[in-house]
Amino acid sequence: MALSGLDIYKLLPKTNCKECGFPTCLAFAMQIAAKKVELSKCPYVSEEAKQALESASRPPIKLVTIGTGEAKLEIGNETVMFRHEQTFYHPAGIAVLVEDTEDASRIDERINKINKLHFERVGQQIGVNLIALRCSSGKKETFTELVKKIRLRSVTESLNLILMSEDAEIIKAAASLCKDRKPLLYAATKDNLDAMVAIAKENSLPLAIKAESLDELSELAQKAVSAGVEDLILDSGNKDISGKISDLTQIRRLALKKTYRPFGYPTIALSSAGETYQEITEAASYIAKYAGIVVIKGVEPWEVLPLLTLRQNIYTDPQKPLQVEPKIYEIGQVTDKSPVLVTTNFSLTYYTVEAEVEGSRVPCYIISSYAEGLSVLTAWAAEKFTAETITKSLNECGIKDKVSHKEIIIPGYVAVLSGKLEEESGWKVRVGPKEASGLPSFLKSLNK
Amino acid sequence: MSVELLKEKWSNTINTLTIGGTGTRTSKVTVGGESTLPYLFNEGDIPNKPVIAMEIFDAEPVDWPEVLKEPFKDVFKNSAEWAKKCVNEYKAELLCLKLQGTHPDFGNASTDKAAEVVKSVLEAVGVPLIVLGCGNDDKDNEVLPKCCEAAKGENCLFGDATEKNYKTLTAACLADGHNIIGESPIDINIAKQVNILISDMGFDINKIAMNPTIGALGYGMEYAYSIMERARLAALMGDKMLSMPFICFVGNEAWRAKEAKGPQAEHPEWGTEKERGPVWEATTAVSVLLAGAGILVMRHPKAIEIVRGTIERLMKKG
Repeated sequence: MALSGLDIYKLLPKTNCKECGFPTCLAFAMQIAAKKVELSKCPYVSEEAKQALESASRPPIKLVTIGTGEAKLEIGNETVMFRHEQTFYHPAGIAVLVEDTEDASRIDERINKINKLHFERVGQQIGVNLIALRCSSGKKETFTELVKKIRLRSVTESLNLILMSEDAEIIKAAASLCKDRKPLLYAATKDNLDAMVAIAKENSLPLAIKAESLDELSELAQKAVSAGVEDLILDSGNKDISGKISDLTQIRRLALKKTYRPFGYPTIALSSAGETYQEITEAASYIAKYAGIVVIKGVEPWEVLPLLTLRQNIYTDPQKPLQVEPKIYEIGQVTDKSPVLVTTNFSLTYYTVEAEVEGSRVPCYIISSYAEGLSVLTAWAAEKFTAETITKSLNECGIKDKVSHKEIIIPGYVAVLSGKLEEESGWKVRVGPKEASGLPSFLKSLNK
Repeated sequence: MSVELLKEKWSNTINTLTIGGTGTRTSKVTVGGESTLPYLFNEGDIPNKPVIAMEIFDAEPVDWPEVLKEPFKDVFKNSAEWAKKCVNEYKAELLCLKLQGTHPDFGNASTDKAAEVVKSVLEAVGVPLIVLGCGNDDKDNEVLPKCCEAAKGENCLFGDATEKNYKTLTAACLADGHNIIGESPIDINIAKQVNILISDMGFDINKIAMNPTIGALGYGMEYAYSIMERARLAALMGDKMLSMPFICFVGNEAWRAKEAKGPQAEHPEWGTEKERGPVWEATTAVSVLLAGAGILVMRHPKAIEIVRGTIERLMKKG
């Protein structure tokens, strides 16, 4: 049973030393009870207290790390079922499969493509996190050759590894070649559990547990834990998409709502679709619905970019909106006569405006004025998008060197700013449409 | 040892909305009726699968990229032919006619012309029909009542009614027996308010669909996704004024995304646009399906084919 904040407080040193980052021991205790922080943040906690608190202080879903260094993947430690309740914290890892039965040139080609699956979107770097090496040959030598080959290619250092085989001997040989990269071993099943657990334990590697049902999964996870493996990844087996979503939901829900320890680990889901397009939509479903790692075969950018983008969307903190860099954006072949529009630096607002301006085919400058990433009306109401802030942007962004006129178009919703803005900035203000969708016709009418 | 599953029990079900099935319609589609979160079959009923409406226009679309235009090049000039192509060639079970050409900026077609187009589409095909105005309130209030009348008895779905402009369309749909779409700008409170305003005029709540206004994948999709999840949770917990099925304009949004329509010459790192566009539309569609969408309005035949396959897979009871 989970302990209350007061129960936990009784076990703490009660010195209010603040080294945990909280003002008092009581405040720290409350945070532990709410599963927001780990007990290890307290440097003075006694062994006794540690044991008593062990279960209460552990987050309901363990944070598991695969790989080492900067590109390591951390998954788990989620706290909610729906992103609007708080946020989803650790973006699902996206893994691309490479099989040892493919011929050498195909493997090289795939690796080359996988290495290119990194993109920049809305100011963030997004990319594939793992390469899943599957022993489809059933032969130890073939598989270890593949692992060696991957090792030799220093370019793949930014990708973490999954070693896939249910033959413990093969996994053992492969793991010995790359344990310094901290690969995920996939997978322990009811038939090989002891041997796989021994390899994971000996090398301190994360271990995936694969079962055919939730019952079996729970049983195997408990066995692995009691044998001393700490970092597990759960796989409830191949199902139809809805069955898989249901399993992933149960695993997450039982871990969060019931502190059900056997399911207190991140999950992995393999796409079961035989066909490219269905693989994409299936993987998309698992990214949205709780998978910690999703394994796909696709290596083309048009297959992978939508999934990386979906992950970026789903794991965006709803409380911290994505922002674009506040600066001048040039849309189309702008000249010194082109219209100048201003909006806020909330990325959704900015990109909506940008898309409409692009659609209008009227070259324009868009100034994204810093407004703490709020939308136009919200920023205006919060006084983050005012005559003063817009004037500041106009003065600092360098637009004066780019255009020969002094006219600025503001969003229709803040028409009320016109007078003040003209006064502050010395620019002539023209009021644009309220909705971005009105921009194409508005911009076209300017040209007449 | 067996795991004791933790199943959610809900007190309410989503409304059931039927389009078509009357007048000269030879088929109907029914959405809604769920008593569980999306695709959790072991926690409640999901009696109806989500449906895809193929979007057609009354005039050649102005902003479609080449990849999207290609399949429809031969039928742009004639909405009835366009409708037939969707039904015969692409097996559409529902159509969505957008009267974009009535917009003052995009042709300003007359009310009579618009009503004629609606009639011609109804004559050309037997599947149920969604009819959308052009988005200009004044023009829509002039055009849509005539179109409602022209489609009287066909149990169409008309849209969109908004918080500021709902009375004319609600009255027209009421008079001519149509369903109505209530639109809100990614805002759960306004969504509810619009539903209340419409139902306060004596409109059957089972004839309302909710348009939560989605963003494309990568362009604010997650805002709509969370609004939809919140609305769906509220509905299942008992809020009748948020229990309407969602209609999501996937094609309209997805094809504005750079990743969908940007030419390969400008974005070589993204791969071929022939695949990229449809896949962007399909992924946007599947995202909103997982948040509970009931009707998807889509454009590219390839994207539609993909999503149809995925719906089939999602609807298999685990």
